[in-house]
Order: sequence, then C-alpha cells, then structure tokens
Amino acid sequence: MRRAVVRSSATQELEVILPSKLAIENVSKNFQSASGPVLALDRVSLNVAEGEFVCLVGASGCGKTTLLNIIAGLEKPDSGTVLADGKPVTGPGRERLVMFQEPALFPWLDVFGNVLFGLRLKPNLTNKDRRDVAKYYLELVGLSRFEHANIHELSGGMKQRVSLARALAPNPRVLLMDEPFAALDALTREQLYGDIQEIWKARRKTIVFVTHNVREAACLGDRVLLFSPHPGRVQAEFMVDLPRPRDINSVDLAAHATRITKALKSVGHAETNAAK
Amino acid sequence: MKRFLLAAAFFAILALLWEIAYRAKIWSPVLLPSPGQVVTYLEGAVADGTLAKATVITMRRLLVGYLVGVIVGLPLGLLTARWKVFGDTIGTLALGLQTLPSVCWVPLALLWFGQTEAAMLFVVVMGTLWSVIIATETGVRNVPPIYRRAALTMGSKRLHMWFKVILPAALPFIVSGMKQGWAFAWRSLMAAEIFVTILTGFGLGQLLHYGRELSAMEQVIGIMIVIVVIGLLADKIFFSPIEKFLHRRWGTSQA
Repeated sequence: MRRAVVRSSATQELEVILPSKLAIENVSKNFQSASGPVLALDRVSLNVAEGEFVCLVGASGCGKTTLLNIIAGLEKPDSGTVLADGKPVTGPGRERLVMFQEPALFPWLDVFGNVLFGLRLKPNLTNKDRRDVAKYYLELVGLSRFEHANIHELSGGMKQRVSLARALAPNPRVLLMDEPFAALDALTREQLYGDIQEIWKARRKTIVFVTHNVREAACLGDRVLLFSPHPGRVQAEFMVDLPRPRDINSVDLAAHATRITKALKSVGHAETNAAK
Repeated sequence: MKRFLLAAAFFAILALLWEIAYRAKIWSPVLLPSPGQVVTYLEGAVADGTLAKATVITMRRLLVGYLVGVIVGLPLGLLTARWKVFGDTIGTLALGLQTLPSVCWVPLALLWFGQTEAAMLFVVVMGTLWSVIIATETGVRNVPPIYRRAALTMGSKRLHMWFKVILPAALPFIVSGMKQGWAFAWRSLMAAEIFVTILTGFGLGQLLHYGRELSAMEQVIGIMIVIVVIGLLADKIFFSPIEKFLHRRWGTSQA
C-alpha cells in the first residue's frame, strides 16, 4: 500500500535519480575509552554507487571498521544518517551482509550448513532451492568437495572462502568486507583477490572493503578512500581505473599504490606533528 | 580390540587380587566375601527379580527427577543469562545452592514430603537443577559475540537467534552441565534411598541398606558393583556419543 502512495508522488522521481546505493551523511560516533571519550568518526560522508567496489584504507583504529558496522546496522551512529537505497538503515539486514575479519563461521554446523544458514532465513524459497543455491556458491568458491567438512578442519583460507560463500548465498546487493584477508598468507590472499574480482563481476555486487593494506585496496577498488585517525575522517579519495582482472603484482598497480601510500604517510606525519 | 583386551585383562587381574585377598584370610569372610559369593548373590537377585525390580524403581526416580531438572533448568539458565534481573536473583541462588552437597536436601525433603516418592523426586531435582542452570548461563555468556553479529546480519533474531545460534553455540557447556547434574542426581538419589525406606518401592539404595542391616557383605558389594555399572553405562550410552559428536564438530578432541 505504502509503496503505491510513494509511486504516485514526486518522491519516486527523487528516488530514481538518486544514484547512490549507499549514502552516508555526516556520520559521527564516539567511544568511551579508559582515557575519556574518543571520536571514532567525525562527520563522515560518502556515497557508494550501485555495483561499485570501494575500499576504505587507513591505519588501525581510524574508525573504518566502525563505519562498516554502522553501514551494516550493527552499530548506531551518534549523529548522521546512513541510507541504503534511499531508506534509512535502522538495523542489520539481509541486503547488506558482512564478511568479518575473523571467520565467524558456526562450529556446530558443517560447511554446507553454514552456507545454508542465511538462506534458511530467506523466505519464498523451497528447501531444494536453498540447497541448490548453497551448492552453487560452494562451487563458486571452489569448496564443493568440502561440503560436509567440519569448520575446524579447514585452513584459514578455506574458512574465509566459506565465509564468502555464506555472505554471498542470500544474494545481498551490498557486501561489507572487514579486512577479510588480513590473517591469511600471501599466496592464499592472491588467489582470493582473483576470486573476489571474478565474483564481484559475475554477481554485480556493491562492495565496501575495509583494509589497511594499500596494495590490496588498489588491486580491488574502483575507488580508494583514505581514512585519517583521531578523529576518523575521509582524508583523500583516489580513483583506480586499471582494467580488470588486476594482478596485485603489476607495475601499474604499484604506481597507484605508491601514490596512495604517499598520501597515507603524509596523513601520518601531519598527525605526528600535531601530537608534538 | 587391543584396548578392549587390555581393559578386560585389567579387570580380570583386579578380580584375581580380590580372590587372593579372600583366600589369604586377611579379613574375616564376613567382611570380605569372595568374588564367587558376590556373583552367586547377583545371580540369585537376578533370578528372583529383586535386582531388576530395584533397578527399574531407582532408574525411574532418577530419570523423572533428572528430566524435570533439565527441563526446568535450561529455560531458567537462558533467563539468567539474558536478563540481569534473573541473573542477580535466580543466578545467585543457583550458584549458592549448587555448592550445597545435594545429600543435604534429604532431611528437608523428608520433613516436607514424608517417606514418599515426592521426597525422592525432590532430592533428585535439587541435585540436577542448579548445575544445569549454571552451566546454561555460563555457556550462553561464553558465546562469542561475533556469532550473534554474523547471525544478525543474516536476518536471525529473537527465537531463531536463541534456538539456532545461542543454544547450539553454548551446547558444549550445557552438555557438561547436564553431565554434572546427572552425577549429582545419581549421588543424591543413592543417599536418599539409603536413608529412607519408602514403602512404594525398594530401590538399589535400599537393597544396599538392607545388605548392611543383615551383614550380607556379598549383597553390599554386589549392589555397589551394579551401581557402578549403571553409572558407567549411562556415561557410555548417553553422554559419550554426544561428547564425541561435540569434540568432532568443534575440533576439541585430543585423540
């Protein structure tokens, strides 16, 4: 009913021309620490377009994970708004799934059960559909053979692949990734860079990817946002227009990474100087 | 198979030492009967049905009381973990009463319920309940927050969250609490049966008691063996498979 009302009004026109999948406006967040309140995010604004791959880079503790949690709806901002598809985010939702840094897989379920978990919560599917979809995503991340494996039997890289399959399975339009590859060895990480680009292309997701690794950001993102800490702010923005799939070791990519690293260092220096 | 043979040899040697001690006449045969005498008693008790009857009565008391304890304890444990009010009240009460040896409930149960089945049931429930409450509460409190957060993003909430995330995540704690509750219930029931003669049925504890009254040592030892075997079987048949499953899933097994 409500949708019909909206359609007949001018609001629809406004919605149609809204280009952003995610619109973050003036979001601020404080934390209580032992030494008093810390401003984790200071009036952060950013827009993410449909199908865009945005990387947030910054030193540890610059508030990028907090921002990701706020977009996910797991935390509430002290002020400011987050709009997803033009609607305010009030809590977690299937449309915006999170892949955490540590694999948050459920040890009481096997691999297949984990991938199925989110699907079971999705209405309007038959159980056969759910199983087929789960199988498809396990195949996509190359773990079909490990369907019935227990979680503790998997390597770190395999766990993150299962996490990825679990996050993808309910077909969210936005994928929020919080340093998902930080704990993996270089070789596994490089494989996953390839995988994630392929999946992003095949499934046309909007991805917000948090990392402290500049090369990783340059390899994956259409756009790289540089965060400065204390208080957390968006300091600079870089477009990365290299063709895909990108190789993390390519020279062109290194040039981009160097540019971002320089900016990152200057942010660090500014902060050190300010502290003096 | 090798492990089984080793274990069998171990128990055979135990029986042999016992026989040797009997033949050496270190103690009076009244105090230490031979293994053969104990077996003869057990055969007789099996043949005339005494043993089966007593076992059924004891197991019925134990199972009913235990189930009540678990069924009441689980939700109470969830409540104490979920709401501070319940944690501060029921949680504290459970913590306090859990330290009370469950046999201490026997005098109170007798005064309240007299020499009835209700008294037996009460003692068993008191033995089970507090351990289950505390284990459930601890288990829920120890669920890593990341599981909740992950489940939240996938659309799990309220009852689904409790039944599909928090309870399974707390299962290792809950099972060890149930096992402890079982041990407490078993001990307290035996104590109650030894102290209390109940006309509605003779349990194993009562057989043990009359063995003492009649100075029938082969009966005392025979019943003790039966009690040990029941405890072992409960562990092997009921708890062991669950624990094995948990170890396999969680990867916590050493072997």
